[in-house]
Amino acid sequence: MTMVFGRTTAFHSFERGEGKLHRAVVTLCFALFFLLLPALAARAEMNIQEVKSKKGITAWLVEDHSIPLIAIRFVFDGGSAQDPAGKEGLVNLMTGLFDEGAGDLDSDAFQLKLDDAGAEMSFEASRDGTYGSMRMLSDQKDEAFGLLKLAVNSPRFDQAPIDRIRAQVLSGILANERDPNTVAQQRWLRAIYGEHPYSRSDQGTKDSLATITTDDIKAFHKADFARNGLHVAVVGDIDAATLSGKLDEVFGDLPQNQTLAPVADVTPKLGQQLEVNYNLPQTSLQLAWPGVKRSDPDFFATVLMNQILGGSTFTSRLFSEVREKRGLAYGVSSDLIDNEHSHALLVTTATRSDRAAETLSIVRQVVKDMAENGPTEEELAAIKKYMIGAYAISNLDSSSSIAATLVELQVDDLGIDYMKRRGALINAVTLADVKAAARKLLSVDPAVMVIGPPLVQVAGAHKG
Amino acid sequence: MTSMGIGLRAALLVGTLALATTAPARAADDGEVKDFLLDNGMEVVVIPDHRAPIVTHMVWYKIGSADEPPGKSGIAHFFEHLMFKATANHAAGEFDRAVSEIGGSNNAFTSYDYTAFHETVPPSALEQMMGFEADRMRNLILTDDVIKTERDVILEERRSRIDSNPQAVLDEEVDATLWQNQPYRIPVIGWMQEMEQLNRPDAKAFYDNYYRPNNAVLVVAGDVEPDAVKAMAERTYGKIARGPDLRPRIRPIEPEQNTRRTVTLTDARVSVPSFSTQWVVPSYHTAKPGEAEALDLLAEILGGGNRSRLYQELVVKQGIASDAAAYFQGTMLDDTNFTVYGTPRGDAKLADVEASVDAEIARIVKNGVSDDELERAKTRYVRSMIFARDKQDDMANMYGSTLTTGGNVKDVQEWPDRIRKVTADEVKAVAARYLVLDRSTSGYLLPQQQAGN
Repeated sequence: MTMVFGRTTAFHSFERGEGKLHRAVVTLCFALFFLLLPALAARAEMNIQEVKSKKGITAWLVEDHSIPLIAIRFVFDGGSAQDPAGKEGLVNLMTGLFDEGAGDLDSDAFQLKLDDAGAEMSFEASRDGTYGSMRMLSDQKDEAFGLLKLAVNSPRFDQAPIDRIRAQVLSGILANERDPNTVAQQRWLRAIYGEHPYSRSDQGTKDSLATITTDDIKAFHKADFARNGLHVAVVGDIDAATLSGKLDEVFGDLPQNQTLAPVADVTPKLGQQLEVNYNLPQTSLQLAWPGVKRSDPDFFATVLMNQILGGSTFTSRLFSEVREKRGLAYGVSSDLIDNEHSHALLVTTATRSDRAAETLSIVRQVVKDMAENGPTEEELAAIKKYMIGAYAISNLDSSSSIAATLVELQVDDLGIDYMKRRGALINAVTLADVKAAARKLLSVDPAVMVIGPPLVQVAGAHKG
Repeated sequence: MTSMGIGLRAALLVGTLALATTAPARAADDGEVKDFLLDNGMEVVVIPDHRAPIVTHMVWYKIGSADEPPGKSGIAHFFEHLMFKATANHAAGEFDRAVSEIGGSNNAFTSYDYTAFHETVPPSALEQMMGFEADRMRNLILTDDVIKTERDVILEERRSRIDSNPQAVLDEEVDATLWQNQPYRIPVIGWMQEMEQLNRPDAKAFYDNYYRPNNAVLVVAGDVEPDAVKAMAERTYGKIARGPDLRPRIRPIEPEQNTRRTVTLTDARVSVPSFSTQWVVPSYHTAKPGEAEALDLLAEILGGGNRSRLYQELVVKQGIASDAAAYFQGTMLDDTNFTVYGTPRGDAKLADVEASVDAEIARIVKNGVSDDELERAKTRYVRSMIFARDKQDDMANMYGSTLTTGGNVKDVQEWPDRIRKVTADEVKAVAARYLVLDRSTSGYLLPQQQAGN
């Protein structure tokens, strides 16, 4: 595409990509994706079927025969937080190897067959899960599911592809080692997560990548790809009976039980300030407050509060104060970070360096006001309408996104009727609930990171 | 005209674009695409898709950064931002709140040849969106205060997206070198010193010249019927008077290119070097019949993904690159660019990667491509259109970008047939004709310690 400039761009898309495994980068920003999913109500007529195969594999299916394609997405519990100490990058490396040979097919033969089958296959890991996706033409589904079966059950993990993908990941790591934002994000994770696995680089380091062997990868594949940690969703041109057979073919012969390492819950260490000094034209600011667990009774009160604070792109308080009224930044937002073992509310922006202190002060002022006074009735009523209406538009706009949504609903154990219940759950939240959630979370002293020249206090910084 | 970010991101962007700009056509049973003109000259395209109760509403203006007056770089993009301010009928922010209240999403974007505004909403809100969009086509109120604050926002946008990123800084200067005369040499976001001076008279003149129904294309994709869309469009957009006829979009064109040029940036933030080489080539709008299709297939065979020649030879077989690819941006009003790039890995030298990329190009120029490669590339493109039908905004973008760069609905729909007709000889011929190193521009991004090497 040509260079396109928009009114806004998601900040996260500014991250530089550099290896085929970049999609697996997990920082606080990445986890955002999963949080946004339990956002809102549904296209009412979407019928989600639970399909259970003979061998006991369960999947959620949305049949749609209007376009000749099928999208499948699945996740095995256990992601890069499973990397053994000293072997950071193992899970990420493994996800790069599923189209590099399986069964009798070496890398070249597998990729040619995949191309012949007209299918697209991808794997990636988050901190807490290892994901696979395939998009195929329905008249070639037998070939496509056959290849997926091979990839899932008998990936070869041949030495040559391992070395090549490892070198690509390493190249990406080296390419970023002097990038101020990458360096700063690593320091940030270390500062807030301490020794917890979330503090480590999911891509690994030069040293850790060098220690990863074929046996390590095979061992993790065996420990992780098992039926009791699997969640599957399928959307498109396939009926329940056919899918049932395909589920057995792809997943039915996997072992029953995962053997994962336990991962502890971790509370981010807040109340600290990190200054990462570089001579840059713009200063990046990042502030973290406590977040909320998906299963917490305050979940929707917190989501609504965050949306008003900085979640809504063009109508949030932060957008209004930082960008619309003062022109201090192009992007400013707040996001709830929802990892399995840790939660946070994260505010990010970037501003001209000579006004960074002023911007920081305004962000803190907006948050303080929300903590002390909460939102207004009008704001809450408007944001409830948004949250209810946006679910379909944000989450159900293509077969792939529907499948991704259904997988996350299963991971979060929300039930197959969740979309029908969701609107009522949101409407039940009261202004007092939201005020209480704001007070509880935002009264805490945040962690703050400043990336750029040293902050200069400027006259008038505390105005307004 | 390079994509943002380092090479790989460019490849990803182009990947979606191959899909987004070139894939068309839907099965007859799934809602036929309809297009018509309103009396005031506004073009309308409707793409029915009844799978979900969602509709994407887009207004595309045939105005982009390459149409800007000299010295006013960035005004097209700046104006896009200003379109979200108050109008005579709606306070600033009212449109955003109306979209938000129904759970919709909205945004806008600007490129070299077009500017587009879009909302995705439930179908029941479509006419309301048309009302807001029609209102701001003519009724915007521009004050000096609004201009000053929003100008600060775009200056921050430039710092975020260009000045903070060495690759983006280099890309900008490679463009300014590749293009010697054509306005694609000027960045969409604008040069900083010109952006700082953009003012209310500039914005007003721009608005009055270009934000007119006879310079706009309405694209509606989703759970709607064409007849209903037509009636709504006539009740909203149809009320706006036709503007003066616009001058044809005739821009300065490139002189004959006779030199090989290089642009080098060394930066302390860079630790792995990379390079790209670009050529000026025809776009779908300027090419002789079949040439742009052949260039699309050449890009796919040479460097489109991990089955391509560059990836297989440099990344897999020789193992000297972490990445190597090619892309062609066909959906442009004027001549466009064809780009190859690569990044070394391990101990490999950038010069060796570049030499191997050049060798792969020379091999195609000399021996052409195989029938099997060509068939596979064609199949991938044709297949991408079926996948594109799964996402209504991909479909809307495909039609909008084609219609604002000199194409029409038929061009989109017949694209797969034209792709199927391309022969191996034609792919070889465009490689030989256009990918000549003596007329290329290369950009080098180097770590600081390699300066001077």
